[in-house]
Amino acid sequence: MNPRFSLLLFVMAGLVVAFAPLPVPAIAPQARTFRVDARQYAYSPSELKVNAGDTVTLQLVSTDVVHGLYVDGYDISVEADPGQTVTLTFTADKPGSFRFRCNVTCGAMHPFMIGKMTVGTNNWLFRSIGLALLAIVGVIVSVKQKA
Amino acid sequence: MTKIELTRNTFIKNALKSRYPQLAVFIVMLVGYIFAILAGLIGTPVGSHNFSIVFVWIAWWAILILVAVPFFGRGWCAVCPIPLPGEWLQRGAVLGPSEKKPKWLNLRVPKMFRNIWLQNISFLLLALFSSVLLTTPNITGIVLAAMLFAAIGLSTVFERRAFCRYLCPVGGFIGLYSQTAPIELRIKDKQICVTCEGKPCYNGSQAGYGCPWDVFPGGLTKNTYCGLCMECIRTCPHDNIAVNLRPFSADLAKPSTRMDEAFKAFIMLGSAIIYAGVLLGPWGTFKDAAYNVGSGTWLIYAAAFLAIIFVVLPGLFTLGILDMKNTLSLKQRFASLSTALIPLGLMFWVAFSLSFVLTNASYIVAALSDPLGLGWNLFGTANTAWQPMLTALLAPAQTLALVGGLIWSARTAQKAANEVKVSSIPVIFYSLIVTFIMLWLLL
Repeated sequence: MNPRFSLLLFVMAGLVVAFAPLPVPAIAPQARTFRVDARQYAYSPSELKVNAGDTVTLQLVSTDVVHGLYVDGYDISVEADPGQTVTLTFTADKPGSFRFRCNVTCGAMHPFMIGKMTVGTNNWLFRSIGLALLAIVGVIVSVKQKA
Repeated sequence: MTKIELTRNTFIKNALKSRYPQLAVFIVMLVGYIFAILAGLIGTPVGSHNFSIVFVWIAWWAILILVAVPFFGRGWCAVCPIPLPGEWLQRGAVLGPSEKKPKWLNLRVPKMFRNIWLQNISFLLLALFSSVLLTTPNITGIVLAAMLFAAIGLSTVFERRAFCRYLCPVGGFIGLYSQTAPIELRIKDKQICVTCEGKPCYNGSQAGYGCPWDVFPGGLTKNTYCGLCMECIRTCPHDNIAVNLRPFSADLAKPSTRMDEAFKAFIMLGSAIIYAGVLLGPWGTFKDAAYNVGSGTWLIYAAAFLAIIFVVLPGLFTLGILDMKNTLSLKQRFASLSTALIPLGLMFWVAFSLSFVLTNASYIVAALSDPLGLGWNLFGTANTAWQPMLTALLAPAQTLALVGGLIWSARTAQKAANEVKVSSIPVIFYSLIVTFIMLWLLL
């Protein structure tokens, strides 16, 4: 096969893997509440899983100094004084994996006070794994063609 | 793509040949460096509001790993201020060679240290303490000062830039990854170097100093140990030195045969994976262990860190290449095939750094106005709120970096495998597995 044609095929396959729409499982949205304890420099629980469309309420409880919770991608945040409980409610309408992190300088390791929220399936991870596999197949095929 | 000689351009050539443009950049860098030391020592202990942390570990790091190393190789070393005071002292001059040479010891670095093992160790030392180093201004200030004084001390004992060449923790990995850069300094005609009398590029002359990096340009075949200081352009009496644009990773076509360089590749690959998990992951236990230096959990963390880098990663790699029918020894195969991990490691660092830098870049704007965290507002930006940047683009950019690095690594593996006449499949499979791990950690 013409190497340029092969390359074109792999690029097109890559675009399909990266962007093709995937079926979304029909799960009725629920209201979910999580109590998230914040301490220097960790959240507990540090990993949250919800379904797309869920109404999520995070009850942030700071157990030592002032902490915050900012959700990447959703651009929403909340801050809690020590011993105080504050709530943040939002609709998890963007699927994927998002870091949440402290947005109030709380000590040395503050920039690394990070948690993870997965909304639905982390499709981008699986797409990326698919792209990596496709890339390797592409490299091997291209070398076989040259040989 | 063939090479394009940049030094054919008169403006570029004159700018590189003259000492003044470089000196101007050096002075700006040195002032910034000394200010970073002072800020670390006397500024606020809050890292995200201190110039030393924000400008060294966010701004400088971003420029270094996302731009300077991938595109300019050792371009940073060409303007790095750390060796300057020592070099001025060693030479007894700030610019061209002086008639009166100071009488320092000027010893040759002992042969057993003429490799990058010391750089591997110095990098690992900093890496094990990185959670504290990256977040605590006075520790950053102390480490920056220690590097400056170490460079001065070594300049008074050993000839040339012994610190840069054999000890600098940053220079080691810049050298490794500079092989992938699309820029190089090389001679134009080997025959001219063979017949050149006195070899002023290496030994120095009235026009300039002998190579500070202890490299004979006539024998340069890869970027690893050329610091792009441009002394050889100044000293070559035959105009035989060129700075070229070239394809990416041209140096990797000829794989390394050195174990110190092979382990450097594993150290960098492993460190990127560990940092992605510990610093950017959601596991507080790991962060506590990494930060509480000296505690029992830190000792476990340090042991695990070293075990991953020196046992797990190279061990699995060795298992993959163990059963290959080849006349080369396992050690030679290990060193040669590990060349494939160089582009992969670089792109792991790019993917890791993108996350760290884009999340924290807004601190730069605030620290510009209040570099010491003393309540100043020099440019009216001191109260700029923290705000992550381009978070929607982060995951696709990281995927692009990691998958691109994997393709680059697979291509390099095939070239290295062809050179040593073995199959590249085990190395490609290894690269794929570690890429999966990195994707899982970052996405």
